[in-house]
Amino acid sequence: MSELIDFTLVSVALLGIGIYGLAVKRNFIRMLFAIEIIINAANLNLVAFGRFLPHSGGQTLALFSIAIAAAEVAVGLSLIIVAYRMYHNVDIADFRSLKG
Amino acid sequence: MADIAFLALAVITIGSAIAALEMRSLIYGSIALMGTLGGVAGFFFLLDAPFVALFQIAVYVGSIAVLILFTVMLVKRELIFKKIEDPRRKFAGIGLMLVMMLALGAVFIDSGIKTITTDEPPVNFRDIGADFVMYYWPALILMGLILAGSVTGALVLARREDVENERTN
Repeated sequence: MSELIDFTLVSVALLGIGIYGLAVKRNFIRMLFAIEIIINAANLNLVAFGRFLPHSGGQTLALFSIAIAAAEVAVGLSLIIVAYRMYHNVDIADFRSLKG
Repeated sequence: MADIAFLALAVITIGSAIAALEMRSLIYGSIALMGTLGGVAGFFFLLDAPFVALFQIAVYVGSIAVLILFTVMLVKRELIFKKIEDPRRKFAGIGLMLVMMLALGAVFIDSGIKTITTDEPPVNFRDIGADFVMYYWPALILMGLILAGSVTGALVLARREDVENERTN
């Protein structure tokens, strides 16, 4: 069986990729992808530490986190639809009506 | 040491995460995102957490990825294939990613995590159920309310018909 450090390193790699996506991409949908990748890195860490301690809290919190992420994606996608209807674009540089 | 299944899953997960962000077409990108989410579900199986793994497959691969695919299909054709990114920021972003990975990786490798191993049996999923109904039940109710509220909010937002006029006014 793999060690805890292996799972932690995979989750660090996923976190790095997600942060790169958030920093570089200007496409709203791609930024949502990056957020999903970061959330999955966090879930992987929770379950890995829960397995190696061992404690049931890790899996319980991971289940909570997955459910909340589902709600977050639903709201995010509906925001994308509204923004797309208003601006006919998915580039976040165009969404400037709150800029004053 | 890491075994073959772990290495294969790591390659699939990280490779498709990069593909999800870098592929030109958003549709292929969201299919690659499905690969990442499925790979994480595979890690959950390796960690003896089949309940969470199946939950991940049902919720993420089954519903969220399909929801994203449908949203992508609502977007104009030329926007799906257009890469929108800041070329100046690209190298800064890659640098940030590498610094982050190296720094966090060094911290983890240097810490005591390396010595943690376990021979104990995996957590029984009955314990998770007991956790949910005995210890975390207020949070469970709150989560149900949050889910209902957010889905209702999402529906109301997506069904608004006056938004198109706001820009022209």
